[in-house]
Amino acid sequence: MKHTLVARVLDEPGVLNRVASLFRRRAFNIDSLTVGHSEASGVSRMTIVVDTRRTPAALVAENLRKLVPVLDVEDVTHRPTVSRDLALVRVRCAPGERSQMADLVAIFRGKIVDVAPESVIVEVTGDEGKVDGLVDLLRERGILEMVRTGKVALVRGSKADVKTRAADMDQPTSGNGAQPTV
Amino acid sequence: MNLTGAQILWECLVREGVDTVFGYPGGAILPAYDALLQYPIRHVLVRHEQGAAHMADGYARASGRVGVAVATSGPGATNLTTGIATAMMDSIPTVFITGQVPSKVLGTDAFQETDVTGITLPITKHNVLVTEAKDVAHSVREAFAIARHGRPGPVLVDICKDAQQAQTEFVWPETIELPGDKQVPMVRWEDLAKAAELIAQAQRPLILAGQGVMRSGASAVLQAYAEKTDTPVALTLLGLGGFPASHPLCLGMMGMHGEAYVNTAIQEADLLLAFGMRFDDRVTGKLATYAQHSKKIHVEIDPSEIGKNVPVDVGIVGDLRGVIEALLPHVPSKRHEAWRIRILGGQNETRTRDIVHQPDNGHLYAAHVMHDLWTATEGGAVVVTDVGQHQMWEAQYYRHEKPRTLITSGGLGTMGFALPAAIGAKMARPDAEVWVIAGDGGFQMTQCELATLQQEKLDIKIAVVNNGYLGMVRQWQEFFYDKRYASTPMLSPDFVKLAEAYGIAGHRVTTRAEIASTVQAVRASGEPALIDFRVEKEEAVYPMVPAGADLHAMIRRPATEEGVTA
Repeated sequence: MKHTLVARVLDEPGVLNRVASLFRRRAFNIDSLTVGHSEASGVSRMTIVVDTRRTPAALVAENLRKLVPVLDVEDVTHRPTVSRDLALVRVRCAPGERSQMADLVAIFRGKIVDVAPESVIVEVTGDEGKVDGLVDLLRERGILEMVRTGKVALVRGSKADVKTRAADMDQPTSGNGAQPTV
Repeated sequence: MNLTGAQILWECLVREGVDTVFGYPGGAILPAYDALLQYPIRHVLVRHEQGAAHMADGYARASGRVGVAVATSGPGATNLTTGIATAMMDSIPTVFITGQVPSKVLGTDAFQETDVTGITLPITKHNVLVTEAKDVAHSVREAFAIARHGRPGPVLVDICKDAQQAQTEFVWPETIELPGDKQVPMVRWEDLAKAAELIAQAQRPLILAGQGVMRSGASAVLQAYAEKTDTPVALTLLGLGGFPASHPLCLGMMGMHGEAYVNTAIQEADLLLAFGMRFDDRVTGKLATYAQHSKKIHVEIDPSEIGKNVPVDVGIVGDLRGVIEALLPHVPSKRHEAWRIRILGGQNETRTRDIVHQPDNGHLYAAHVMHDLWTATEGGAVVVTDVGQHQMWEAQYYRHEKPRTLITSGGLGTMGFALPAAIGAKMARPDAEVWVIAGDGGFQMTQCELATLQQEKLDIKIAVVNNGYLGMVRQWQEFFYDKRYASTPMLSPDFVKLAEAYGIAGHRVTTRAEIASTVQAVRASGEPALIDFRVEKEEAVYPMVPAGADLHAMIRRPATEEGVTA
């Protein structure tokens, strides 16, 4: 099973290293990890696709939350999301095949963004399934080089309903939430 | 007020309540050492930085305060790492300050440069590299906050030499906010209600208490809970002392070297209440057959521990004391007579096998050393153990009544821990009677700290349990490697003469009859002393659950004729 976690993290040196180190030492499997700017300055947003056959997503999320620069983590797997993956593919394409290639790419709402004598670069954006579909077809024609960004995701609807862990808690009891006496 | 980064460092430590630091100077930390002379902080000069780390750790374990160690860049910092990892595995609040090469030459392989934040990333709760004086105050303040917060742990602050030297305005951050949602979450009513329901239904409940009892100061409320619900208490190694050993409901230690009846009780219980423990592999044995018949309630401050090794029916994230206090009014007063009698049967059976109850046959057994040391010190000492057979015998035969009276490396199992950790413990609690118990192997790993002990004029007593082997490894070779003793027989120095070379009184004990009198003599001396106990060479710790085996598949001490009659 694959889960998509969205983590907002402080944009500071070493934060990607901390996350990567956590996944390595806990033997969590990452399918993809993207990181980039978010709406807030000083805050980056990571979209992490994890393979949860060995470790439940909730445990991965709790481990992420323990990292000091991690602000919050949400598992968006079962929420309505818009998710996108971008691929750039250099594919073999003789001059006579270009229009056929353009037709094929258009079906996937992709674009030819560079042309060389015997190849083109195709750009396609979409959910991972769609990108996979085009890549499979291009593979038959001979992929020379490819780069994919990995998945990025936003939850649909208004931002206000993004749940935090604190807001998920019911009424507090007395005498808890206290600092340990250390 | 303009101060140097070095001065700001000590200003912050004074404000954090630090009275003692353990360290070793060097080029990249020299500005900090120079400034230290102006501040009311005692510096303990160690003989090896690993010692400094264990001392800070022992200081924290004995007192509950944050322990601090200081080292220079490069080899100074790398020598700390074993101690940092030890503190990490056992969740000990510690702060490590290291000097770093000047920021301008970072990344150039400068003299004594090492990527210390890189090296310590997986063995610290958090770490930070400080390149400018203006960041010192905030970084140090944050380090202490993180070290103490939630599940405690080690934090390292690596400060470039030029950041120590530069001047900047010192502003003490009165409050500090950790990024994101780092608060210990509120306990949910529904979880408490579900826990109370399971507790009300249970016929064979058992408490598994860990170090969280100490960390959250939950001893009293744990006892109140156990008595109200008539629930026996089994302890992890680090939980020993969290519940009085003399209490009728106290079963003692669980796990690989726990008594057979304790592990049997775990396997037979219908409800386990895991209080501030983390189901380490040394306490569970094989997970697939662990406590199959029980519901499980896990109270733990670190949410990532709940469900990590053992699935639970109710997981409550919170400070243990607060959770038990909240739970206590909602659980019924109950008696579990039949369950306790069932456990007692196992206790009686174990007693007949217990080496302590065997008559003196002229051999000196380590178990006797522990038992007689316990009686001679009236159970009142702070015992700091190393790692190996003696550590398990101590856990079995020195009966701890109070929290923070056993200091030992559990998770990492760090040999060489005892002597330096005891120095830290004694400095934190100068009025306590502090005993080191170490094997001949582990003691030699950090014995250089005898000089530190003398330099600081500390009255610490040392028991070296000397069997001429790396005993625990030898035991594994005996059981699992066909007695092929590869590299476990060990030559040691004459520990009596070694102690004397450091100006410490040395004694040797070779028979059981001498234990109590020698212990009493060194207790009365008011001086540090070392006793070399020449114990039986090829003795094994029983019972033993082989690594990865079912918890109930214990190797038992063979019941001897003397044992049965004793």
